[in-house]
Amino acid sequence: MSSNIYDFSTLTGAIHTWLSGLMSPGWVTFTEFVLIGLVFLLMYALLGLFLVYLERKVCAIIQNRVGPNRVGKWGLLQTIADLIKLLLKELIPIRKSDPLLFNLAPFIVIICSFLAMAALPYGKGLQAIDFNIGVFYVMAVSSLSVVGILLAGWASNSKYSLIGAMRSGAQIVSYELSVGLSLLAIIVFSGTMQLSGIVESQANGWWIFKGHIPAFISFVVFLIASTAEINRGPFDLAEAESELTAGFHTEYSGIKFAFFFLAEYMNMFIVSAIAATVFLGGWMPLHIGNWEGFNQIMDYIPSVVWFFGKTFFIILIIMWFKWTFPRLRIDQLLNLEWKYLLPVSLFNIVLIAFLVLMGWHF
Amino acid sequence: MTEEIIKDVIVGENEDYIINMGPQHPSTHGVLRLEVCLKGETVKYLIPHIGYIHRGIEKMCEANTYQQIIHLTDRMDYLSAHMNNEAVCMIVEEAMQVEVPERVKYIRTILDELNRLASHQLWWCAFGMDLGALTTFFYGLRDREMILDIFEESFGSRLLHSYNTPGGLMWDVHPNFQNRIKEFIKYFRKKLPEYNQLLTGNVIFQERAKGIGLMSKETAIAYGVTGPSGRGSGFACDVRKIAPYGAYDKVQFNEILRTEGDVFARYEVRMDEMVESLSILEQLVDNIPAGDFTAKMKPIIKLPAGEYFKRVETARGELAVYVVSDGNKNPYRMKFRTPNFSNLFVMNEIASGYKIADLIAISGSLDLVIPDIDR
Amino acid sequence: MTMLSRDELKDIITGFVPEAEFPEGTQLPEVVIPAAKLTELMEKLKSDSKTSFNYLISHTAVDFSTHFTLVYHLESVEKRHLLVVKVKLEDRENASVDSLAAIFPTCNYFEREVFDLFGIRYNNHPNLKRLFLEDDYGYPLRKDFRDEVNMIER
Repeated sequence: MSSNIYDFSTLTGAIHTWLSGLMSPGWVTFTEFVLIGLVFLLMYALLGLFLVYLERKVCAIIQNRVGPNRVGKWGLLQTIADLIKLLLKELIPIRKSDPLLFNLAPFIVIICSFLAMAALPYGKGLQAIDFNIGVFYVMAVSSLSVVGILLAGWASNSKYSLIGAMRSGAQIVSYELSVGLSLLAIIVFSGTMQLSGIVESQANGWWIFKGHIPAFISFVVFLIASTAEINRGPFDLAEAESELTAGFHTEYSGIKFAFFFLAEYMNMFIVSAIAATVFLGGWMPLHIGNWEGFNQIMDYIPSVVWFFGKTFFIILIIMWFKWTFPRLRIDQLLNLEWKYLLPVSLFNIVLIAFLVLMGWHF
Repeated sequence: MTEEIIKDVIVGENEDYIINMGPQHPSTHGVLRLEVCLKGETVKYLIPHIGYIHRGIEKMCEANTYQQIIHLTDRMDYLSAHMNNEAVCMIVEEAMQVEVPERVKYIRTILDELNRLASHQLWWCAFGMDLGALTTFFYGLRDREMILDIFEESFGSRLLHSYNTPGGLMWDVHPNFQNRIKEFIKYFRKKLPEYNQLLTGNVIFQERAKGIGLMSKETAIAYGVTGPSGRGSGFACDVRKIAPYGAYDKVQFNEILRTEGDVFARYEVRMDEMVESLSILEQLVDNIPAGDFTAKMKPIIKLPAGEYFKRVETARGELAVYVVSDGNKNPYRMKFRTPNFSNLFVMNEIASGYKIADLIAISGSLDLVIPDIDR
Repeated sequence: MTMLSRDELKDIITGFVPEAEFPEGTQLPEVVIPAAKLTELMEKLKSDSKTSFNYLISHTAVDFSTHFTLVYHLESVEKRHLLVVKVKLEDRENASVDSLAAIFPTCNYFEREVFDLFGIRYNNHPNLKRLFLEDDYGYPLRKDFRDEVNMIER
C-alpha cells in the first residue's frame, strides 16, 4: 500500500549507473564511500547545529521568553557563533593525566554516534547500511559511548570527574536493559531485527496502533529509558550535579568539549529516530484503512519528510521533559529502573509473546 | 549556567572525605562556604564558614545618625528591606514617644506584605532552579516584576528603597498605588495555582522534598530557627501575632503552621504565606486612611538615654533590634539579631545523614540570605 | 500559658539567685547578676515550669569604657514573657564568663560573634573560634579600637 511513495532507490541507482560508466567497479565503490561519508558528515554537522538552536528556542518558549534572536535572522546563526567561539578556545592540557586517554575519550563518543547514525532508514531506499541485525547493531554501538564517558572521567585526574563519570556509567548501563527490552517488544511483533523489515511491516499501520496496549507501554518505557540513556532531562544528575561537583566533561575545553556537547544532541536525535522507526513507522506515511483519497495525499509527502517529522516530534517531547521536571537524585534514578521499569518491561514481553501467539494484534 | 567552584580535597587521617562548597556558588544563596564531610554519598557533618561579606554594620551604626542607619539596614536582608527599615523606625518612634499617623501604619503594613510576597517569589524561583526545574525561575521572576514596578513608581527604586524614616515615610505614595496593587492581587491569584501545578504536585519534586531535612520543634526552638523555616516544624513564632505592630492588629490572617518539619513542610508554609499575604493586602488596600505621611520630628534625633528592644517579622524570621542610647544623636550600641544567623547554624543538625543532592534542597528550603548573617 | 508579671518574675529570680539586682524603669524586665551565677540561673530559668524560658532570642555585649556588659534576651515560647539578663564584667583584659552552649545551642554562635568582635572569652565553649574576621585583626566593637587604614575618625 505504500508502493506509491517516491522510492529513492531510483535516484541512488541512477547515480551508481552513472559512476559505473565513468570508472572501474573498485573505484566506483570507493567514490560511493567517500560521497556517502561526506553526506553523513554534513548531515551530522547541520543537524547538530540545528538541534542546539532548536533546544534554545523551545526552552525559551516554555520559559516565556524569546531565545536567541540577534545573531542572524531569528537567531539562526547563533550556533555557528557559539561553534566559532568554542573552536577558538584554548585547549588546556591537564598535568598528570593520561594524555592518550584524555584525548581519545571525546573521539570515542563521537564515533559511536556516527556508527549508529549510519544504520538508520531515512526514507524509502535511503538507508546506508541495512544489516539483518539492525536494531541490535544500533543498540550495541550506542552502548560503546559509555566507554568514552568513563575514560573522560578517569583521564581527567580529578576525583569529581571520576564520581560524575561513575554515576553516569551506572545510569547508562542500568537503563540499557529497559531500552533493549522495549525494543525487543516490537521485534517480537514484527518478527525481524532488520530495520528496513521493521519499517516494511508497518505498511498497514504503525506498531504503536497495531500493537495497542503493550506497544504503548513499550513506547513509554522506551521514552523514559532513552532519556536516561542520553543523560538528559530529569536524569541529568551527572552533568548538572555541578551544584556540588561537575560532570565528567569539566576538564575539557574548546573543540573537545564541543564533541561531547554535539554528541549529546546527536544521541538525542538517534534515540528519537529509533523510536520513530520502531514505534511510529519510520518513513511510512500515515494510512488509514481504506481511505484511498487520504492515503494518496499522504503518499505525496516524501518519505524523508515523514521520517524527520516523526523524529522531531519525539525530540520535542524529550525537550519538553527537560524544561518542566526537576532532577532525580541518583538513588531515586536507579530505583526507578530496577524496581519499576524493569519488571514492567519483563511483564510486557511475556504479554506480547502471548498476544503474538494468539494473534490478538492487528 | 556557568559554574566556577573552587574545590580542594583533603583526605583526613580517619578517612574524612571533605568537599568544599566554596563561596562562589551557582545557587543564589550568596557567599557562604560549606565544608562538607562525606562518607560515600552521605553527609557526615558540615561546617559553615561565614564572614565573606562582613561590612561592620553594627560598628558603622555607632557613627551614624538614626536617619542614616535606615540606609544601612536595607542592605542586611535585601529581600526584606522594608521590614528592616521599619524595625529601626519603630524603635526610634517608640523611644521618642511619637505617635505615627494611621496612614503611615497602613502603608507600612501594605509594603511589608508586598515585600514578603516578592521575597517568597524569589525564593520559589531559586528553589525550583536548584532542584533542576529551570522553568520556575522565569515564572517567579515574571510575576515579581509586577511588584517591583509598583515599588519603582512610588519610591524610585526596585529593591532597596529606604522609604521609611523615623516618624513616617519619606514622601506620599503615588496616586496609582492602590489601583496597581488591586490589579496585582487579581493577577497573582490567577497565577498561584500555576505554581502549584508546576512544582508542588510533581512526583519527582515530592520525592526530593518529603522526609528530607527533618527538624523537630525542639531543635527549632533550641537553635532559634524562626520564620517559615521554624513554622514548618510547628514552632509558632510569628511576631505579627505575638507582638503586633503597624496595622497587623486590624487585619485577619492565619499563622501557617505545619508539623512535619521536612523540606516539603517549609515549602508549603511559604506557599500558603503567599496566599495569606494576598488576603492581608486585600483587606488593607481599600482602607488606607487619608492624612499625613509623616509625624513631626526634629531634624536631629536624640534618643533618651536607656535601652530599647523591638522585633519585627521579616520574610525569613524574627529580626530584633536592640539599642543602647546615651542621649547622643548616634546610638551607643546597636545590635541586630538577624533571622538568617540562627537559621544557618541549624544546617549541621538537619543535613547530617542525608545525601549530597539533599543538601541543596535543604539549604534552599531554609531560604538563607548571607549578607544578613554577616552584617 | 500564664504570663508572669514583672514582680512575679522578680520574686522567682530572687529565689534562684539572691544576689540579683533589678533596675527600675526599663522597657522589659531586667535582672543583673554576677558572672559566677550565670549558668546556674540560666539552667533554672529554662527548666523551671513556671518560667520555662526556652528560647534565647539574642545575646550580645556592650562596651562601656570601664566594663563590659553581656546582655541575654530570653523568651518563653509557651508563656510569652520576655526577660533581659545582664552580666557585668569588670576585667577588660581577660574578660571571661561561662559558656551557655550546652543549655541553649544557638548561644554557641552568638558567643563566637561576641568573642570575635569584643574579645570576651567563654569557658567550656565547644569551638571558640572567630566567626567573621581574621585571627589577628583585633576586636573592632571595643570603644578603644583604632584602625588607621580602614577607619576614618571625624
